[in-house]
Amino acid sequence: MCGSFSFATDRAEVPKGSTETFFRKVKFWKEDGNAEAPPIFNVDGVNYFHVKVVGLYFVATTRVNVSPSLVLELLQRIARVIKDYLGVLNEDSFRKNFVLVYELLDEVIDFGYVQTTSTEVLKSYVFNEPILIAPARLQPIDPAAIFTQGAKRMPGTAVTKSVLANDPGGRRREEIFVDIIEKISVTFSSNGYILTSEIDGTIQMKSYLSGNPEICLALNEDLNIGRGGGVSVYDYRSSSGSGVILDDCNFHESVQLDSFDTDRTLSLVPPDGEFPVMNYRMTQEFRPPFHVNTLIEEAGRLKAEVIIKIRAEFPSDIIANTIAVQMPLPNYTSRASFELEHDAVGQKTDFKETSKMLEWSLKKASLEFSSNITKEAGPVSMTFTIPMYNVSKLQVKYLQIAKKSSSYNPYRWVRYVTQANSYVART
Amino acid sequence: MAPPAASQRYPSPSQPSGKSEVTDLKSQLRQLAGSRAPGVDDSKRDLFKKVISYMTIGIDVSSVFGEMVMCSATSDIVLKKMCYLYVGNYAKGNPDLSLLTINFLQRDCKDQDPMIRGLALRSLCSLRVPNLVEYLVGPLGSGLKDNNSYVRTIAVTGVLKLYHISASTCIDADFPATLKSLMLHDSDAQVVANCLSALQEIWSLEVSHSEEACREKESLLSKPVIYYFLNRIKEFNEWAQCLILELAVKYVPSDSNDIFDIMNLLEDRLQHANGAVVLATVKVFLQLTLSMTDVHQQVYERIKSPLLTLVSSGSPEQSYAILSHLHLLVVRAPFIFASDYKHFYCQYNEPSYVKKLKLEMLTAIANESNTYEIVTELCEYAANVDIAIARESIRAVGKIALQQYDVNAIVDRLLQFLEMEKDYVTAETLVLVKDLLRKYPQWSHDCISVVGGISSKNIQEPKAKSALIWMLGEYAQDMSDAPYVLENLIENWEEEHSAEVRLHLLTAAMKCFFKRPPETQRALGIALAAGMADFHQDVHDRALFYYRVLQYDVHVAERVVSPSKQAVSVFADTQSSEIKDRIFDEFNSLSVIYQKPSYMFTDKEHRGPFEFSDEVGNIPITPEASGDIVPAQQFEANDKDLLLSTDEKDDNKGVSITGSAYTAPSYDNSNISSQMQELAISGSATSAATPQSSFDFDDIFGLGLSTAPARTPSPPLLKLNPRAALDPGAFQQKWRQLPISLTQECSVNPQGIAALTVPQSLIKHMQSHSIHCIASGGQSPNFKFFFFAQKESEPSSNYLTECVINSSSAKAQIKVKADEQSTSQAFATVFETALSEFGMP
Repeated sequence: MCGSFSFATDRAEVPKGSTETFFRKVKFWKEDGNAEAPPIFNVDGVNYFHVKVVGLYFVATTRVNVSPSLVLELLQRIARVIKDYLGVLNEDSFRKNFVLVYELLDEVIDFGYVQTTSTEVLKSYVFNEPILIAPARLQPIDPAAIFTQGAKRMPGTAVTKSVLANDPGGRRREEIFVDIIEKISVTFSSNGYILTSEIDGTIQMKSYLSGNPEICLALNEDLNIGRGGGVSVYDYRSSSGSGVILDDCNFHESVQLDSFDTDRTLSLVPPDGEFPVMNYRMTQEFRPPFHVNTLIEEAGRLKAEVIIKIRAEFPSDIIANTIAVQMPLPNYTSRASFELEHDAVGQKTDFKETSKMLEWSLKKASLEFSSNITKEAGPVSMTFTIPMYNVSKLQVKYLQIAKKSSSYNPYRWVRYVTQANSYVART
Repeated sequence: MAPPAASQRYPSPSQPSGKSEVTDLKSQLRQLAGSRAPGVDDSKRDLFKKVISYMTIGIDVSSVFGEMVMCSATSDIVLKKMCYLYVGNYAKGNPDLSLLTINFLQRDCKDQDPMIRGLALRSLCSLRVPNLVEYLVGPLGSGLKDNNSYVRTIAVTGVLKLYHISASTCIDADFPATLKSLMLHDSDAQVVANCLSALQEIWSLEVSHSEEACREKESLLSKPVIYYFLNRIKEFNEWAQCLILELAVKYVPSDSNDIFDIMNLLEDRLQHANGAVVLATVKVFLQLTLSMTDVHQQVYERIKSPLLTLVSSGSPEQSYAILSHLHLLVVRAPFIFASDYKHFYCQYNEPSYVKKLKLEMLTAIANESNTYEIVTELCEYAANVDIAIARESIRAVGKIALQQYDVNAIVDRLLQFLEMEKDYVTAETLVLVKDLLRKYPQWSHDCISVVGGISSKNIQEPKAKSALIWMLGEYAQDMSDAPYVLENLIENWEEEHSAEVRLHLLTAAMKCFFKRPPETQRALGIALAAGMADFHQDVHDRALFYYRVLQYDVHVAERVVSPSKQAVSVFADTQSSEIKDRIFDEFNSLSVIYQKPSYMFTDKEHRGPFEFSDEVGNIPITPEASGDIVPAQQFEANDKDLLLSTDEKDDNKGVSITGSAYTAPSYDNSNISSQMQELAISGSATSAATPQSSFDFDDIFGLGLSTAPARTPSPPLLKLNPRAALDPGAFQQKWRQLPISLTQECSVNPQGIAALTVPQSLIKHMQSHSIHCIASGGQSPNFKFFFFAQKESEPSSNYLTECVINSSSAKAQIKVKADEQSTSQAFATVFETALSEFGMP
């Protein structure tokens, strides 16, 4: 939550006090049994749009019957631009840099019309320098904490550098980050079969390269797009087949697809700041990183035993971190006790009395463990992050940067991460 | 530069209270103003920042205005920008300051640095001081010709700002023409895009007073202009692309080649990562192919995948916007999405607004091939921790059951819900089982045995309780303890807060009585006595009515209260197809999110640019104008039944069918009659109240009779056909063909305005004058109606009327078109008389 920064970038058609109206509505939303306010609602003819990014609300209002996607995309983009400039997005960085934020917004929107949201283009119009928050003042963010904030899109991993920032030496460090982020959703049936599985992936790029060199990104050669889209050529392939088959994908506007069909390379001149090069979706069968098995047994009239078995299905040199398992228990549960395997280290179990939620968190997981808990209950859900591992097998084969000189050799970071989106085992 | 809105917050004690700090700042600024020392700009920046931060937290810093302007005579652009922000905030309210500001900004508009020229121009146009508009024309004119594109983009938007401050100044300076030529010739894409948005706005607003604007507006939609934009769409940024695509939606293609050309041009826009671009493209595709059924269907197939990708790649908020559109498409063409049902399964961590949409989509696409899987999935959600979603899931299962032919498995699942013993699950399920039984009476045996096992004590929700009571009454012969359960409930009459439940208790007691008189007689007696003493008017009336009809003749009572029923074949849809079409036409707008057409939630001026809603082709069609010529009243009645979702309606429906099909246990009639007498005796406690009530009743009746003739209008000169009929299509055609024969303005009396909270009230009233409504719409204060009437003697002579009522000015504008023009004045008189009586007692 945060105090409000309001910008009258629009056309004064919305009444004063709309900020208060918004917060009151969002906080006490109770309509049609839903506790959560939808991102768009109408109060007295004024439409309120909001997106929530790392705990901050970005809100827009209008009376016009506009395209909802346009406004929500715009808010999301504004959040990203501000992050690009401030390095870190939080209440503190906002406070310190409000003049810069005004300046940005002024150039992004004029009289209600979007002018540009390109971090790159904005650079030539924006003159305030960001007041950076000293790294020491940043809360030590557990890498996984970023991933598990509930927002589906991950903020750009560990990069918290402003696009305007220079290194202490005054020189910009030439580097480029390419992150392949996959969020996986799996539902296991009560007997351990996979009911549904989907991968939502993003190739995200953040470039600090000067002079806008052209970049070539080569993906798997055996990459196929369009499954179930009418072309049934690939349907006979089994999942163990070598090809990576995406259901569908879309691209950032800077991407040139001229040679994509022939050799699966994307070429682009990366604009400054963080942006998704490509989003993709895949429902081809894949091996889920964890297999979850749950067994509930009545152990007496007022007692039950839950056995949760989780088996990691990835090579032992890969380490998943911050794994948490949650399971809601019935309202009348009064007590829960836990039994972990003898050699379990760094594991924590907890029964949240108020929310009737069973929690089990593991720092690291590489092999099998199981636990016995008392009393029946709802689906087991899991959250985890597995760095340097991706389930889809989509790869960046190489990352080529058009050379300016022989000594030009910027840092390139290609990183993979797999993250649970909705990872559920039914009981 | 746009000013920050002054925050409402009051400074807390720890914050500077203002006065002394401001004085302090003032003297510091004054010192720096003249200084040329190195590093002075840095100290100025710090001071400026302080001023602005005070301004944002609501401290009045207008007293340093002069110093700020003086300090800004510098080449430091950061200082300039902060100064513009500051002056923009204070100049508006203060005429002296604004003049000072304008001078300062005009000077900067001629600066060497294009950044400063642009910023100054933007600040100048944002001042919004009406009496100083003449100072804007010069800088704007040179801004439009500036060789720097940044300045031009700002100047173009500046023209639009000027138009909103003073339209005549803008038109007189011939700015729209300049914009048009810039739009077609400028090399910078953003300048072009801003021209397009400015011109769309200006011409849309000018249309009402100028023929030329109308032509210009049309010309934006001409083939060369559309292709000019579409061919270079990739040069524009994503936001401008949306603007262009919105324009293309309005374009009327000349032939099918034209359509395919456009679609091929835009094909790759569907792969864009920006959902707004994709949706705008989808809209173009859908609108273009409306008349080509097979291609239209291919479009659905084509857009499915990109939309699903967007749903899973964005933030939950973005997903929601896309999913709402998918929802619309799914409901329109469920068969196309039938095999994609797994995409609409809920994920446990999704917000409930997303889950709700998904549940509706799953309900819509369930068909023979996927129902089993979908229902299995929905049953999982019924145990969900999120109770609202659990309820929705159960309702979804019920809806699927009601729309399927093969319901065996579903009924079993529903009955299993009852065994879960969760209050809300039981409650929702009971309501569904009741609806199912109304549609599939053949399932009564299975259901009743399970329902019979439910203790009424565990059910608190009125809807569920009513459902259970309805089943107890309806299936009294199959449930051994029905009379006793009812009796139990009736004994607790006083504690029953819901009138709906009490009404159901009365009816159920009656039904049960006909089937099992000896066992129910006592309960019915108590129920009728309690009902007649009830403070709730409906409960009281129903009890009295039952009592009387029983007294009159038990067999008649039975035929009235418990006739044999026909199974309900289709439950009415809540939204008419016209409304759905209207929402579809407004694809990619908030109408889709709210699932309402725009006229229901926004006033006319805000429906977005390019709204042609005045032509009759776009009559805002409301539910009462559905398909055939349903009189508004009747439709409303249907609607009400639907909303109540209770069963009084079909309880009474069978009346005319006959009582012979009735298959109750064969108690002989004398038996019932004797029970009746006992009942009358046992009900003696109530008899004291009865004469009193019957007196009231007669009184009301008498009153009604005496006033009725007075209310009918004095015979008008022109006799209209009270049962005139005209279908909306014919109406539209006639409206287009006939010239306006009469235009008139009249006032509506205050009582009428008071009664006009909803359009329906007027529609009913006019109907009593034989003037029928074909369509209506709008919201307070603006209502629009289309009426028609027919001469009684000649059915071919029609009168069509458009009536626009503004309830705040209490004025009505009437346009009459008539087959027989000579009589239109006579008709207008009739119309006006009818209107003037609206709201009169």
